[in-house]
Amino acid sequence: MMPASSDDSALRWRCRRGMLELDIILNEFLDKSYNTISDEQRCLLDQMLDYPDQLLFDLFLANIQSSDKGISELVTTIRQSLTA
Amino acid sequence: MTINSIQTRRFDTLIIGAGGGGLRAALQLAEADASVAVVSKVFPTRSHTVAAQGGMNAALANVLPDNWHWHMFDTVKGSDYLGDQDAIEYMCRAAPKVVYELEHFGVPFSRLDNGRIYQRPFGGQSQNFGGEQAARTCAAADRTGHAILHSLYQQNIRARTHFFDEYFAVDLLKDDEGNVLGAFVFDIHTGEEIIIEAKTTLIATGGAGQLFRTTTNALINTGDGMAMALRAGVPLQDMEFFQFHPTGIAGRGMLITEGARGEGGYLVNAMGERLMERYAPKAKDLASRDVVSRAIYTEVKEGRGCGPNKDHVMLKLDHLGEDVLQKRLPGIRQTCITFLGIDPAEQAIPVYPTAHYTMGGIPTDRYGQVVVPVKDTPEEPVNGLYAAGECACVSVHGANRLGGNSLLDILVFGRSAANHIIGYLKENRYHRPMNEASVEKAWQRLHRWDKTGEGESVERIRADLKKSMEDNCGVFRTQEVLDNGIKEVSAIAERLKEARISDHTGMFNTARVEALELENLMDVALATVYSASARTESRGAHSRIDYPERDDKNWMKHSLYSSEGRKLDYKPVRTKPMSVTSFPPRPRVY
Ligand SMILES: Cc1cc2nc3c(=O)[nH]c(=O)nc-3n(C[C@H](O)[C@H](O)[C@H](O)COP(=O)(O)OP(=O)(O)OC[C@H]3O[C@@H](n4cnc5c(N)ncnc54)[C@H](O)[C@@H]3O)c2cc1C
Repeated sequence: MMPASSDDSALRWRCRRGMLELDIILNEFLDKSYNTISDEQRCLLDQMLDYPDQLLFDLFLANIQSSDKGISELVTTIRQSLTA
Repeated sequence: MTINSIQTRRFDTLIIGAGGGGLRAALQLAEADASVAVVSKVFPTRSHTVAAQGGMNAALANVLPDNWHWHMFDTVKGSDYLGDQDAIEYMCRAAPKVVYELEHFGVPFSRLDNGRIYQRPFGGQSQNFGGEQAARTCAAADRTGHAILHSLYQQNIRARTHFFDEYFAVDLLKDDEGNVLGAFVFDIHTGEEIIIEAKTTLIATGGAGQLFRTTTNALINTGDGMAMALRAGVPLQDMEFFQFHPTGIAGRGMLITEGARGEGGYLVNAMGERLMERYAPKAKDLASRDVVSRAIYTEVKEGRGCGPNKDHVMLKLDHLGEDVLQKRLPGIRQTCITFLGIDPAEQAIPVYPTAHYTMGGIPTDRYGQVVVPVKDTPEEPVNGLYAAGECACVSVHGANRLGGNSLLDILVFGRSAANHIIGYLKENRYHRPMNEASVEKAWQRLHRWDKTGEGESVERIRADLKKSMEDNCGVFRTQEVLDNGIKEVSAIAERLKEARISDHTGMFNTARVEALELENLMDVALATVYSASARTESRGAHSRIDYPERDDKNWMKHSLYSSEGRKLDYKPVRTKPMSVTSFPPRPRVY
């Protein structure tokens, strides 16, 4: 699969979520740092965008940690980009 | 364009919106063997209902004594006597049943040791008509909205509801006699346009928090259904009542719960002064929401705000110590670390009032039928049109919503609307003929954005609108401020007519979606600021400096704003409940 670029509208629309927290985290990440991550991480993000909102919320607010190393690292990168 | 070139789909009922309100209605209908289409601009389980973490009210009396009549009293009082008492009685009586139904649909409510549903106390809940605190809120841990939405979605899949996921509804379709015939929608993925013909249409599109710059609401809450109703000639009711929370994270919007001040947190201005000592010498930081909100606004307005733009105040929690924060307010600590990169155990939090809940909306009766004034009748049903959830105004929240009553509202009235529709469908077996002019009008609205050439951007106009609404129709309301709001918002609305987008493709044209959303916000903003400017009293969330008292003699009535001529009309509050005696207005003290 070819990962999407940050100005891909389909990707942007999938980042429109039911919670303001997720809107902010995901959209700021797309604006600021999406272009700097690897293709592999872009594919992982694509997978994560299929997660339910509540699960994404818990991951990004560090209420839980993913057992998948790749996802867990990506979550850290996304969290860091928010306050960078 | 000819209608024949646009694909048409036919259903008994079209539901616009797949939040808790829309999905509850869809399930009831699908189980009654009606053919139901649900259109949602985002995937259903990403609707805003997912954000409701607190819970929903029902007088189950599992933790403390309770009954529906006390719940009703609290809701009427909370509404500052603007709520319709027949609808409130209906909702409070139906609440336990609706909770048990959800349990049956698979919502994993938190439990007590004896196996019953756990209930937590929330503000505004009392036993015995204003006595001791009650415990009325049922929750599925801190993910109630998520659990409700997912359970209802699964149940709908089982019941074979037809979903149009990521389809955008542009406008309602109606004939010359005023019968609503369905809606004109398009597929966000492909751009393909569809006419959905339906014998009945239910609007369940949620709230309009995006009207304001600082809000707790997700980006999708743009008041689309309310604006569709306005354009179809339906007035909006009580739009001046918007609930604000005093402490949102400045520039971000998320809530810092009242619990933070309850635990001993306090607000300071740029000079480090405890500002609430001046505004509420006794209650200080625990004064009521509107008092704290206005104090923050005033500090900023008078130049005592913090930060480089002096546009917020600070909430101090660092004196409480890391242990207390971690134990009592872990969620707040994590939110601040995540979004601000600061630990409230060490640094103060920048805060500003945040827009939270739209009390007003599309006027309905307790069966979800959209009702409008016709000649001398204040509430005549619009044939074929229903509304439920935050976009509707039934009105159970009146001038102010109680925490935990909104999830209840969307479920009770989603269900009740569906029951009424089932009866309607039995008597109205055929689709009415489609009205070509109505399709043409909706099509024109969509394709207005195909225009190329120079023009202002949607982003810029949206930012200006949100800032103007926050400044002129937020927590600080006087005649001068509100009239300035009318002037500014009207001027911004003029600018929108000449705006352009640069993307003209059909597939995934999100620029076009955002442009349509902005048009919707604009219509709803005008309704809000006009209604607020006209109401010369303070009631519930509409709190005016120049008219600080509630005025029951002149203002115990609902506002109705119509787009045509930007006109206001009024109708009486329904003070007569269904079976009990009415609660007369009293001063609202807690
Ligand atoms: C942070 C937060 C916490 C809250 N916590 C609580 C709580 O604890 N308890 C409580 O009772 N209430 C709470 N509320 C309020 C409550 O969550 C909402 O009022 C309620 O969920 C609204 O549900 P709804 O079904 O009306 O609309 P929503 O859930 O907002 O759904 C709207 C639907 O309409 C669709 N839609 C909108 N426009 C269009 C269009 N043009 N075309 C197609 N589809 C469209 C959307 O895709 C979506 O499916 C909270 C609100 C917030 C912001």
